[in-house]
Amino acid sequence: MASVTTNPPITAATPTPPAPGPRRFSQQTIAPWLFLLPAFLFFATYVLVPIVQSFYISLYEWNGLYSPEYRAVEGSGLTDQACAELGNRAGREEGCELTGDTVWNAEYVGMENYANLYSDPFFWTSLKNNVIWLLLYFLAIPGGLFIALFLNQKVFGMRLYKSLFFFPFVLSQVVVGLVFSWFMLPGADEGLLNVILGWFGMGPVNILGNNTTATYGIIAAGLWPQTAYCMILYLTGLNAVDPEQIEAARLDGAKGPKMLWYVVLPQLWPATFIAIVVTVIGALRSFDLITIMTNGGPGFYNTSVLAFYMYDVALSEFGFRMGYGSAIAVILFLIMMVYIAGFLWKMWRDEKA
Amino acid sequence: MRSIFKTSAAALAAATMLSGAAYADGHGVSGPLRIFSDMSNPAPRAVMEGMVERFTEANPGVEVELVITDREAWKTQIRNVLQSGTADIVNWYAGNRMAPYVEAGLFMDISDLWEEGGLTETLASTQGSMTMDDGIWGVPYTYYQWGVYYREDIFAELGLEAPTTWEEELSNCQAIVDSGRSCYTIGTQFLWTAGGWFDYLNMRTNGYDFHMELTAGEVPWTDDRVRATFENWQTLIDMGAFIDDHQSYSWQEALPFMVNGEATAYLMGNFAVAPLREAGLSDDQLGFYQFPQIDASIEPGEDAPTDTFHIAANAENVEAAEAFLLFVASAENQTLINNGDNLGQLPVNSEAGVDDDEFLNAGFDMLSNNAGGGIAQFFDRDAPAEMAQVAMQGFQQFMVDPSTLDQVLQILEGARQRIY
Amino acid sequence: MFPRPIQQYSPAARIGYQALLPFALLVWLIPLLAVMWFSVKSGDDFTQGNYWGWPEGGLEGVTNYWMVFAESDMPRYLWNSVVITVPTMIGAVALSCMTGFALGVYRFKGNLLIFFMFVAGNFVPFQILMVPVRDLTDQMGLYDTRMGLILFHIAFQTGFCTLFMRNFIRALPRELIEAARVEGVSEYRIFWYVVLPLMRPAIAALCVLIFTFIWNDFFWAVVLTQSPESQPVTAGITAFNAQFRAMYHLMSAGSIVAAIPPVAMFFLMQKHFIAGLTLGAVK
Repeated sequence: MASVTTNPPITAATPTPPAPGPRRFSQQTIAPWLFLLPAFLFFATYVLVPIVQSFYISLYEWNGLYSPEYRAVEGSGLTDQACAELGNRAGREEGCELTGDTVWNAEYVGMENYANLYSDPFFWTSLKNNVIWLLLYFLAIPGGLFIALFLNQKVFGMRLYKSLFFFPFVLSQVVVGLVFSWFMLPGADEGLLNVILGWFGMGPVNILGNNTTATYGIIAAGLWPQTAYCMILYLTGLNAVDPEQIEAARLDGAKGPKMLWYVVLPQLWPATFIAIVVTVIGALRSFDLITIMTNGGPGFYNTSVLAFYMYDVALSEFGFRMGYGSAIAVILFLIMMVYIAGFLWKMWRDEKA
Repeated sequence: MRSIFKTSAAALAAATMLSGAAYADGHGVSGPLRIFSDMSNPAPRAVMEGMVERFTEANPGVEVELVITDREAWKTQIRNVLQSGTADIVNWYAGNRMAPYVEAGLFMDISDLWEEGGLTETLASTQGSMTMDDGIWGVPYTYYQWGVYYREDIFAELGLEAPTTWEEELSNCQAIVDSGRSCYTIGTQFLWTAGGWFDYLNMRTNGYDFHMELTAGEVPWTDDRVRATFENWQTLIDMGAFIDDHQSYSWQEALPFMVNGEATAYLMGNFAVAPLREAGLSDDQLGFYQFPQIDASIEPGEDAPTDTFHIAANAENVEAAEAFLLFVASAENQTLINNGDNLGQLPVNSEAGVDDDEFLNAGFDMLSNNAGGGIAQFFDRDAPAEMAQVAMQGFQQFMVDPSTLDQVLQILEGARQRIY
Repeated sequence: MFPRPIQQYSPAARIGYQALLPFALLVWLIPLLAVMWFSVKSGDDFTQGNYWGWPEGGLEGVTNYWMVFAESDMPRYLWNSVVITVPTMIGAVALSCMTGFALGVYRFKGNLLIFFMFVAGNFVPFQILMVPVRDLTDQMGLYDTRMGLILFHIAFQTGFCTLFMRNFIRALPRELIEAARVEGVSEYRIFWYVVLPLMRPAIAALCVLIFTFIWNDFFWAVVLTQSPESQPVTAGITAFNAQFRAMYHLMSAGSIVAAIPPVAMFFLMQKHFIAGLTLGAVK
């Protein structure tokens, strides 16, 4: 989750003053690197190197295990190589002994994992669901705008109303998932949704148990906090809308939707931009909700997305296909890179301005 | 006679010669023995601690260090424990669930121990499910039967008898459905319960051997015999035998349907008896029958998942570990730990006795006398992990919407060709 | 102001609006209210299928919440969350104060490149890091420890925090720094005595945000921990729910307990939270 500033960079009006002396100059040269070093070491160890490693692992078949390493006992007539080739029989071979070390239990398969992805129906189901998530998640933006417009009044208790509308965003996705899965419990008198539908003579429905509706049920749960987030962005943005422009437009006879579209929205662009950024990120990090609400089911990964499928392949009870999982992660990463590159490009342009 | 080489952290290698005499009784073994167990629920935990106590009484020289991990967490933690060499003995399951550790050489091959300790006789029934790659990789300590637990009182009210044939099964079920109930409760949210249904339907329709071939990947899922299994399943689904919305329930959440009488039976493992009794069903209301025959010419196969102990390949105290395994496998120990006050399950050792419990006796009798086809572990222990995952998803999808059968079988067949 | 202030409308519209507000809030929070209702009912209500009616045995809220604290691992999970969240918050904010200072104040070759690296790292999908990070944590002997999670969280959050801090520092008046330099103050002292005091609002906002993000993390909690000794409450709640499967009164009480700390944090630190979250929403 990220909020992003689009502040124009504060470029010093005065260029850096000439260095007062050689000592000062070198301190100014070295200082930034010293300040960066600890964070960079952390970041490299936990983010940069693992990205490269994932690419590498995706070329292997690996079940996540390391095997004990064996070597030949001197004078047994065996070689270390022969002991290694014995695999799980080495323990039975008197001529081989444990070294106390382990070996990476992986096999190089080249691009095979990627070729398998291409013919894997669940990969495509997951990708399709990713697209559905992304498209529907954008509803959070107009939804948030609508609520923000509704709440942008100065009446008694409005601050509390705004807080209460917003606070679903601070709930963890796990809690949101549980709350909504209980809300949608299947029986006619179990989930509140079905109770309410019953008042209107409809239902009961089992949204999360149905192949065609389950994904939408989870997205609805995800939209709840996401809409709250967009709402708060717009409320802040509306505070800063120039009142004079509004009055001027009013005098010109603009009102309602016209005013919104031609006068207010353009001024809200910074808020909209951030809303788009965080909504895309939110849509791609749908793992928590899916795990809690359906665990990918019903049936064959019907509510899975790439993030979920990757985890399921690599770390679930029946998973531990690390190479295949890494291949999925690489694809997901490459898709995200398009978006990240676009974002960085915009930042770069702003920096230059 | 064989020698086992081991290394300590200081890379000190010492060869230990094991004589046949050491197998016969555990005396003489000593040193620290590190056991990692997944027997974390209250009753199993007491059993595990009791075993350690009795073992150290008989072998005062051994200092056991026991670590008990949550049973679910253990399914991933075993990997770390085996690789880091922190354990001599670990708990696990029989069948294909051993495969990753056997293939990676993390379990120790104890074929010799089986031979010389006489286990090939006493534990013969499970030797097959402990064997892989020409080796035997552990010893079983308990198993439990699967079968149909049903509401005897409701059957009596409707004038029904426990079915033994498919025809009786179907006519019973029709009567139950006509009375406004479902024949079976089931919660397939976590998939494996549907695996139990497939196991039984397939073993009854095509036999144990075919089932084993299928889980071993030797038969295509699009085979007509597999289709026949699904057709029998569909007969039940179409007549409304199963409760609605089962895909949204766990097996525990499906229990109230049986307790409240909305459903009359449950195909489950024997562990379902305890919560059913706790929920208020008396032994007069609760009965058990073996899954009915479908094809009279087929010997019944049964699911009886087996829990096991293994020695880590990099164990440091192999002698004591082997002594402990022999102790676990003994008839005396298995009689004790499986009785109703302890695990409440069935001993594997053929010389052990079974506690006097209605359901344990029924299960023991069924597995000893009426499982001529063979004893399977369970779908997710017989099939490789990846196949089990996909197939059980397929079973759930089929149960929710039987019209997708062709698609389900296509996907399973695609998976089979990739996995095996 | 847009839309037009309600005060300028007819009295009827005003009353209508005032009446609509609580109703809209009720609809908005209905799933949550449902869970609160669950959490004060008795277990018998659920076994008897009385999900929504008046609880037959009376309200059992106190019993349920007491059960959560006394009879489950929930207090442990909550404590783990605290032990994971607070050091992460301190570590990530401290590191990013330094990186933000380095990238916001100095001009040097590669400044923008390093900045972009941190920004991009903040957006990468977790899955591309999952397998290697889990393996690394395991190799360091930190798998299933709180320290393993803390180290990773600090490293990953540094990306977002750097973005935040650097832009904040850029917006500070540069003259202050220049003046200090002319005075001959060392770079370290400029950081500590000139810039850091000015960053207080950013530090406060970032602390609140990081607290919430880390407290609510679920993915890394399931990847890097698995026992009650180390799992934070988001992951622990699934184990808790497995233990009390189908006992909705306890499961919902547990979820509410798990959700309280970040909610309390939000209501107490609202100003900072929203300031942090909406930084940049206004041009």
